[in-house]
Parts: sequence; C-alpha cells; structure tokens
Amino acid sequence: MKKVKKVIKAIKIYPEKCTGCGTCEVYCSAYHAEPRYSYVNPAKSRIRVFVDELNDVYLPIISGRYADAECRVRYRIVVGDRDYEECTFCRAACPSRKDFFDPDTGLPLLCDGCGEPMPQGGPMCVQACDAGALEYLPERIEEVLVPEEEEEEEVVEEL
Amino acid sequence: MRYGETGITLEVDLSTGEVKKYESDPSWTELYLGGLGTNLRYLWEKAPLDCHPFSPENVIIFGAGLLVGTPVVGATRTVVTSYVPANNLVAFSMIGGHFGAELKFAGYDRVIVKGRASEPVYLWIDNDKIEIRSAKHLWGKGILETFRVIREELKEPRAQIAAIGPAGENRVYFAAIQHAWHTAGRGGLGAIMGDKKLKAIAVRGTKDLRTAKPQELFELCFRMREEIRKNPNLGDWMAYSDNDAFHHDNFAWGYARVRRKGYWTPEVEERFARIRKEHQLRVVGCFNCPKECEIVIKYPGKPIFGYKCFAKDTFHMAAFQELDFSYEFLPLVVDYGVDAYSMPQVIAFAIELYENGILTDQDLPGFPKDVKGRFYYLFEKIVKREGIGDILAEGTWWAAQKIGRGAEKIEHNSIKKVEQIPIKLGKLNPIYFLWWSTNEKWNITQIEGTWPQDPIPDPEKRKAFVESWIAPPNEEFKKWFLEWEKREVIPVERACAIADWSERMHYIDNSTGLCGFLSAFRGQFGGVPGPDQLVGAGPAYHIHNIPYLISLATGIEYDEEKLWETAGRIRTLIRAMNNIRGLRREDEKPPEDHWAIRDPELEKKLLDEYYRFKGWNEEGIPTKETLLKYGLDFVIPEFERRNLL
Repeated sequence: MKKVKKVIKAIKIYPEKCTGCGTCEVYCSAYHAEPRYSYVNPAKSRIRVFVDELNDVYLPIISGRYADAECRVRYRIVVGDRDYEECTFCRAACPSRKDFFDPDTGLPLLCDGCGEPMPQGGPMCVQACDAGALEYLPERIEEVLVPEEEEEEEVVEEL
Repeated sequence: MRYGETGITLEVDLSTGEVKKYESDPSWTELYLGGLGTNLRYLWEKAPLDCHPFSPENVIIFGAGLLVGTPVVGATRTVVTSYVPANNLVAFSMIGGHFGAELKFAGYDRVIVKGRASEPVYLWIDNDKIEIRSAKHLWGKGILETFRVIREELKEPRAQIAAIGPAGENRVYFAAIQHAWHTAGRGGLGAIMGDKKLKAIAVRGTKDLRTAKPQELFELCFRMREEIRKNPNLGDWMAYSDNDAFHHDNFAWGYARVRRKGYWTPEVEERFARIRKEHQLRVVGCFNCPKECEIVIKYPGKPIFGYKCFAKDTFHMAAFQELDFSYEFLPLVVDYGVDAYSMPQVIAFAIELYENGILTDQDLPGFPKDVKGRFYYLFEKIVKREGIGDILAEGTWWAAQKIGRGAEKIEHNSIKKVEQIPIKLGKLNPIYFLWWSTNEKWNITQIEGTWPQDPIPDPEKRKAFVESWIAPPNEEFKKWFLEWEKREVIPVERACAIADWSERMHYIDNSTGLCGFLSAFRGQFGGVPGPDQLVGAGPAYHIHNIPYLISLATGIEYDEEKLWETAGRIRTLIRAMNNIRGLRREDEKPPEDHWAIRDPELEKKLLDEYYRFKGWNEEGIPTKETLLKYGLDFVIPEFERRNLL
C-alpha cells in the first residue's frame, strides 16, 4: 500500500437557486432504472426536492442511510424567514415518511454518487440541474492508502 | 404495452360516487395525441353535445399532454376542457407545473369528472386508490389555505393539487383553476368545478412511466435541454427582464382605451425593477424544464404568490397605477382564483359605467373615490357575486346586456363574449384579423406566435434571419418572409397559410403538452440563431422535430405530414363541436375598435378565403369532405341532424 493525495469532491446544494423543476429526480430515477433510462419515476429518485410553495421552500436533499426508527426529538429549523418542517433537512430513509424508499419494493434508496464508474460529466442530478442549485465541487484533499500496483492517475482527480 | 402514456383514463361521477378506470383506445392516441386532442374526443363522447354548461351532464376533463412525464424537455402542460357558460362553447385552458406529470406517474393520462356532488368534495388520486372526500371545511376558503389543508390532512406533502377559490365556487364566468403558482385562467373553467361542487383534485403518483426508445430519447433530450436553457428567445423572458416597454407603450390602459406611447422611461424601468427585486423570493420552473418563468413574490402584509408573463401588468394598467399595485392585488387574484386577463377588464368596465352615470351610487353603495379602493370594492363584489357583482361576474358582454342603459355601447373589448387583452392599434393587420376572429381559444397569445410580428426592414438582416430559420413547414414561408415589407401588406392566400400554420402548431403543443414558450408562441420574436442546429433560430420545437420526439416516446410512427394532419383533425373537431353549439360566421370578428382603420372588403375576402383554405363552408362550418378527410365521420350524423351540412 502507498499513500496518495486524493481530491474529494462533494455535491453542494444551493436551495435559493432551486426552481423546483425536479429535473434532478427525472435523471436520477432514469439513470438507476433497469435497464438504464427505461423509465422516469421521481418517486424512485435518490435525490428529492422538498417543496412547500406557500413557505417558499425548495430544497433538494440527497438520500442518506436507512434508519429503522423515527427520531425521538422534535425540532424545526428556522433559517431567515423560512420555517422548515422538521424532517426536511434529514437524509435518512426512515419510517416517518415515504421518501427514499422504492415505492415498488419498499427497499431504502441510497445515493451511490452514480456508482462506479461515475457518469461522464459527474453525478446525474448535478448534470441535470440547470438552475445552479447543485454543483459538484472539490471539497478538500485527503491522503488515502491505495494498493501499490494501482496507477496514481486513476485516483488523483484534477483540481 | 403503451409508451409515453399510461393508456388509462380515470372517470369519476360525482353524482353517484362511481369511479371507473379503463384503457383508452390506442387509435385515439394516434389520431388525437393526448391533452387537448383526446380531451375533445372524450368530451364529444361523455357529455351531450348540447348540454348546459352548468348541468350534471357536462363533464370537465383534465388531460395531460401526450409527452408529459417523459424526458422530453418542457412537456408539462395539462389541458382542462369543458363547455362553459360565457358563450356556451368548448373552453380549454392549460396549466404547467407538476400536475400532469404526477397524474401520469399515478397511472392515468386524464381524469374525467362528471355529475355534480350534493355537497362540496375534493378528489384524491393516490396511485390506484381514488377517494371522493368531503370539502365542506374548505368551501369558501382561499386557494392557498386549500393547498395547505389538503396536504396536511392527507399527510402527503408531495400531493400536486389543482383547486378553485371562492370565484369558482360562486361560478364566476372567468374563475380560474390554480395549481401551485400556475393558473388555468382563460375560459372560466373554475366555474365548472364550482358547479360540480368540486373544490380540488389532489394527485400523487409513484409509478414508472416508460417510453419506447428511452436511450435515444434521453440522449437527444439531454442535448436539447442544454440548448433550451441557453437560448434567450425561449421561456418567458419577461420573467428575467425589467424592460417592459412592449406592453406599457403599446397595449391599452384602463378599460382598453388609452395608449400611452412613451410612458416607459429609464426612470420607470428603474422603479419597477426596484419593486421587483425588493419583493422577489425566487424564480420557479415547471416539471423537467430548465426555464424559469414564474416569479414568486412576497409583498408586505399580503400572501405569497407567483406570476408569469403579462399577468404582472394587467391590473396596474387597467387601474392606471404602477407595478406595486399589481403586487398588492395579485395575491388576491391567485387566492380567490380568477383570470388575470378578464378580471381587470371587467372592473375597469364597471368603473367606466359609473363614470358615465350608467351605474350609480344605488348600484354601488359606498363606492370609493380612489381607483385602488374601487378595484378592491368591485373585486370583492364580483368574486362573492354580491349586488352588482352578481351581474359583473358574468363578464362585460353579459353584464352590458343585463344593465342596458347604454352599457352595450361602452362594452367594446370582447370576442365571442369573452374579455380580451387590451390592444388597440392603427391599421388592420390581415394575419392578426384571422387569428383574432376565428380562433377557438378567444385569446391571441395562444394562437399567434410562429410568424414574426413585424417584417425586418433591412433586407440583409431579413436574409440572415431566413437562413437560420428552421421552424417553417416549407421553403414557401421563407420566401414570403423575404418579400414581406409592410406589416399590414400581405396577400390574402399567404395570410391564410401563415394563420393556419401558427394555429396548427398550437394545437400540436396543446395535445403533446409542449409549452408554447418553447414552441408555437416563441417564433414571433424568433430569428436569432441558436447555439447550434438542434434549436437554431426561434423555437426549440417545430413541425420538423416534434414527430421524431413523438415516435421515440410512444413508438407510434409519426412524420411531419401525419402530424400536420393530426393538428388539422383536432382543430376541425373543436370547430365542429362549437358549430353544433351555435358558433357561426357572425361571431367571428375582432372588437369593433381593435383597429382604428378597418377594411370591410378585405376582411370579408380574408374570412371567405380562410374558410375555404380550412375546408369550411361560408358559415365557418367544416364541410362533409373535410370531416371525411380527417376521419371525423362520427360528426356527420350530428351535423345532418342539425342541418349543418
């Protein structure tokens, strides 16, 4: 094993730019369809836009881990003028809501960053977002251990 | 297996509570696409052809366009269709947003509502589960409250809702249907929901929607999306631009009376821009579309609301005010559910009647002195149908008839008994004469658009325009454009072909669900070359590429010729239905004062020639040959029964 420097990229979310069009959901669900692109179904998307028009909330959230129980604590998040439902920022597939569960199988949906290999051009949701609400950006540089035989070029991404 | 559509129609009878789901005839998809086309075909089947609009026999249909829910960019439109009381004809009005896509994900292409509930209800479509739920607690409530309560009680924040407000409940003839910040405003379809005691339709869908050639379709749509986003001619640029000289300098103020040339100055623009920026929360778009056409505004002390296009001007121009007046008034308009084109015209008309002594203090007790106060006063009266509002709620044409005392002479801005956008111009424009007079939408914005509004004076620029102009159906149109030098000078036969082309494209949009802002409506300012061949000059969608998209999405073989004919079929069907309900040549005219300089001889010639061009007789009724040509054989016995052939 040897140490190499790797650029870690992250999907950044800018809710103020979101238009609620849901194109990210269209592309995510289609990309993960079997066979690929065979259908559109936003309910199977691993990214969901939480929309509450009356409070001007438009918030794309990317699915995280499965949780087998609801939270015990109740809370609300208030940012500026906007009062968010308590679950809005949560990424979990959890019993309190239907989001992030496959509506056909009931299995939790976990974002895979579009898996390996990554789609050309980055995660599909980011590629689908024309509003600039989603960006895929270098976050930090980490040292990671890789097997000796692996070529450095394969793991080091350009900044 | 059906592709691009679900193949399922949902039918609900509010009188009996019966719910039916059935497979639609696949040949209807081929013949009528979806959206408006199939809505008309179902309306023909499901409601008696001469039923009263306010009767349980009438049906109201919410039909998603054929391509809605597929990867096709900006295919978002849901078309609402029914017979309406304003003129007893077929009305169709559209909403964008997410309603149609959600309906398809729930497994339905359309929902047909018939009958009349004994008490207020709303319809809850939750995939396979259909519920008719009580709306007693929602009756009388504003639209925003209705959205909130329905989502809360269903515990379904993702429900997409189309609802009416008090105006629809009270059967105001220009009541709207509202979905999020999207409005089906024209035609008064909100009144039909109100008559059926149907407060709202809420829908939630989590099913797959498949297309025939998904890989190819996605690959194409991915590229088209990028180009649609970049093309500044597409979408509603009024949403981004603060320069609105076009409407303020050219359209008429008040009750469509006064043009204020030179009103728009840098100072006005700066003031309007500041008002917008201070109160704008964000811009929103429709399902799977990169354009950002709806502006969301929060004005102090008023509910949040969204608007697009000319709706931001109609109220302050009718009241001789500025943008801040529209911003304080539009929240009411959205929440009570009225059309933002008709309502300000009706109010301004009533004010003019008062100023002329035709309406008095007896009709308008406590009528305020200031124009803003008068707008609020009349708005409330009309929406609640209180006092004089009960008469005004039926629009300017009917109100003038009922009020009498010379009101008919003041009433001047309606076509087929429906209020029009306030435009008053100089010389008769042949193409526009045909559009205004004969269109079945009673609204110019949804019939004009493929042909530029004005010639390009510089011959070199004209040539450059034509070279990058992809949309015209054939080379002839390009030649005509090259030869077109004065707006009002164009040979009759060319005016007919141009009017017909634009109309066909709108019928295609309304049936596929494509948005006019990317398609038929966006040719009139076109001519700027797009980033590459795919979009090119003018609109993203045109007769040359829509057939291919239909084929990829549905697997049905479509080409230009077939699509052209389909548009003609749909257009002929609505004409035939309206003929059955009484539409004749005498109804086909613009407001008397639309143009200061008229030309009766030319107008007669235009109408004669256009009817011939369309395959209609001199009364504007499709001939037997035309009906047979389009496969509308089923119309013939009904025409024969009524001596229309």
